[in-house]
Amino acid sequence: MNKYPVWLNTLVLVILIAGCLLALPNLYGSVPAVQIANNGGSEYDNERLQEYRQFVEKTGVTPEAAYIQDGRVVLRFDAGTDLAPVVLELKTRYGRVANIAQTLAPKLPEWVRNAGLNTMSLGLDLRGGVYVLLEVDMNTAIDTRMGLYEQAFDDSLREAKIRHRLDLDDRVITIRLTAPDDLEAARTVIERADGDVLVADGTDGKSLTVRMSETQIKARQDFAIEQNITTLRNRVDQLGVAEPLVQRQGVDRIVVQLPGVQDPNEINKILTATATLEFRLVDQSGTEPGSRRYPGRPGEDSQVLKRKVIASGDQIVDAASGFSEGRPIVSITLDSAGGESMLQTTMNNLKKPMSTVFIETRREAIKVGNEVEYRDIKTEEIINTATIQGIFKNRFQISGLRPGEAHDLALLLRAGALAAPVFKIDERTIGPSLGQDNIDRGFNAIRIGFLSVILFMVVYYRTFGLIANIALLSNVVFIVAMLSLLQASLTLPGIAGIVLTIGMAVDANVLIFERIREELAAGAAPQTAINSGYEKAFSSIADANITTLIAAVVLFGIGTGSIKGFAITLMLGIITSMFTAIVGTRAIVNLFYGGRKLTSVPV
Amino acid sequence: MRMIKDKTSIDFLGPTRRKTAMAISGLFIIASLISLATRGLEFGIDFTGGILLEVGYEEAADLDAIRANLVIEGYSNAQVQRFGSENVVLVRLPPQEGNVDEIRERLQHSLQDGDEKTVLRRVEFVSPQVGSELAERGALAMIVALMLIFLYVMVRFQWKFSLGAVAALAHDAIITVGFFSIFGWPFDLTVVAAVLAVIGYSLNDTVVVFDRIRENFLTLRGKAGEEAMNISINEMLARTIITGLTTLLVLVALLTLGGESIAPFSIALIIGIVVGTYSSTYIASAIALMLDINPQDLIEPIKDASLLDDLP
Repeated sequence: MNKYPVWLNTLVLVILIAGCLLALPNLYGSVPAVQIANNGGSEYDNERLQEYRQFVEKTGVTPEAAYIQDGRVVLRFDAGTDLAPVVLELKTRYGRVANIAQTLAPKLPEWVRNAGLNTMSLGLDLRGGVYVLLEVDMNTAIDTRMGLYEQAFDDSLREAKIRHRLDLDDRVITIRLTAPDDLEAARTVIERADGDVLVADGTDGKSLTVRMSETQIKARQDFAIEQNITTLRNRVDQLGVAEPLVQRQGVDRIVVQLPGVQDPNEINKILTATATLEFRLVDQSGTEPGSRRYPGRPGEDSQVLKRKVIASGDQIVDAASGFSEGRPIVSITLDSAGGESMLQTTMNNLKKPMSTVFIETRREAIKVGNEVEYRDIKTEEIINTATIQGIFKNRFQISGLRPGEAHDLALLLRAGALAAPVFKIDERTIGPSLGQDNIDRGFNAIRIGFLSVILFMVVYYRTFGLIANIALLSNVVFIVAMLSLLQASLTLPGIAGIVLTIGMAVDANVLIFERIREELAAGAAPQTAINSGYEKAFSSIADANITTLIAAVVLFGIGTGSIKGFAITLMLGIITSMFTAIVGTRAIVNLFYGGRKLTSVPV
Repeated sequence: MRMIKDKTSIDFLGPTRRKTAMAISGLFIIASLISLATRGLEFGIDFTGGILLEVGYEEAADLDAIRANLVIEGYSNAQVQRFGSENVVLVRLPPQEGNVDEIRERLQHSLQDGDEKTVLRRVEFVSPQVGSELAERGALAMIVALMLIFLYVMVRFQWKFSLGAVAALAHDAIITVGFFSIFGWPFDLTVVAAVLAVIGYSLNDTVVVFDRIRENFLTLRGKAGEEAMNISINEMLARTIITGLTTLLVLVALLTLGGESIAPFSIALIIGIVVGTYSSTYIASAIALMLDINPQDLIEPIKDASLLDDLP
């Protein structure tokens, strides 16, 4: 009686070894490292690894290890190495093509790394960093698109020599025709310009109304989100953050996580900035239809600018800041469409003035009664107006910027404009010192909690308590192993979940041991008591664990952020503890006591 | 070692005991509800929205000076308090007018007051919109959990047990949250998580007793519901106390060592586990008994012919 078959013993052993292996990487400490990711997005190969390694060695420090992980180059250094100079050198040489970040890397031996084993990933509340939840302003995305339609239809109708007046109000373009006979012709022109918009007859028989279809609005919104994610990734890549995360959440939200960032101020400006440029001709007569007066910067003159945009920020493919005659400038490179438009404009408008308009949207909260409402403030300023001196195409420079502004603007233009403004609705920054404090405290709580439970179990249940303790220890190992395997972030509430699990995991063993005691008290023989103790306690253990699991799963499904971390460790803990407490302890009990003649059970 | 005698025969569910227990629970619940209705909860910015800064100073922080500086900047509604140590200060503000990035910089500037060694340990900004979403989700999580648990216990046991179990869980949740209201402790998302964990734990406790009641209903035939239930609770007493004890051990470790930000979570769990252990016996079982639970309720419908043969 009480013998496990060989296969079951082997299974328990294999699972235990696998758990230990998966948890192993977490035992090695971390050392300073430089992580280099390709800005183009493609993965680095061994050749580039050697190139970076040699470059770094030439600066005078030698990496202790150099390898590629997830397509990124990782150069690891001995503890205490000052990496600031190396990172600076790397950024100067490779900053344009690669995202170079200073970070910490686990000091894993090569065989562990080659086996694909990894450490747990720590949540932002443990490693420090910035979490930002952004909301994409979908209304602006649609309004901007309608503005573009208005301009396109105006141009097409003009080309077709159809006399008209255009109005854009509340996402409806109304086209009023001078001659009612042009109605069908105008409809054809518009449908040719864009086949998907909804065109309807106006009420007066000589006008048309145009609006976007539901599909178009949906497509436009998806585009705005995807485009914004790309832009945000580009921006984040320029900030030198290791393992940044930019991810869509729900319909109109984007999560950005930047581990290890210490100063949120700088990053926030770059992240949500909507700064972009537009180039327009000055309307010297001041009377052309659609022209509008734009303010200058403080102390500068305002100008009346033409409605037509020659080129805008989203057509800029490259931008670099620099100085010309001691003043900050930004060198701009346009894409082919923008270049073509610029060429046509400069050819036809030599010696005429052109303005560069700087556009920025900010969100401000205002109190309306007791409610806080948000108001978006769009700033449009002319940063410079210059006479077109010669014909140019896709490369030129702009000036008129304040110092410091040129650098940020170039970065923003390079990363691409946001298709729609984004606004921060949730932001959490954890400084590195608090992160480390949280780790220290959390692990301290785990240690002391664990020790007190172990002590109690040995005192109370003697040998069987010791067996339960082995199960408890393996349980912690399994939780760490699963967290490492799943790469789920460990958070402070996650640590709390582990602590709670340690307290609750012994419950299964308590149930079993108490049952064995009962059976013994009722006069059962030792081996029978052990067997029925395990068997009869099983249904209670299963019910008890499943109910707790229900609460944990609900929490995981509905909870947010760091609370999810608690749910994950609780779920993992419940599942692994079922295995260790029932199968694990039974294997040990069977191994030592099974098949022997017992006069008593040490429980 | 034994903490509990091998065979206890405490009359947990006798009519007088039950009445006393109901009176005590009723008192706690009424006090909790009154406090929740009049004082409400000290919601964290997770739920209200607003700005929170945790600042670490080189030396013991001068709260009055910090407050004065904030008033100069126009933030007279800032709450300033120490957080865990003399050197750490927590500043909380309700949702503000203006641009959040500028506000953060101004606050940071004011709190650092020119001292380079002052570090910003944590900054949180939550918009009121996200705050109310998080509150909704928290409430939803509790309701969904309770419903699922009710269904599970109904399927596994019987509706009278189910009702008893869910009543006990609601009892635990109300009293735990009530403590937070009465004492004005900060109530944030981690506390919601803790209350859910309490629900899980308390249910664990309840179900283990129910399991034994079911077993005893089948084996101790001829005994009345009350007697069989009393025997079951007595038999599980050692387990109930030991598991409660080990769980409290680790939670006390978490409360004393885990740091200030996890303290509300630990407190909620400690209260919840004490209340939950009590309620498994005095609420869950007592209500099932009041609903006149009897062995017939638990006899499985004819599914297993061999089981049927055994019945008298």
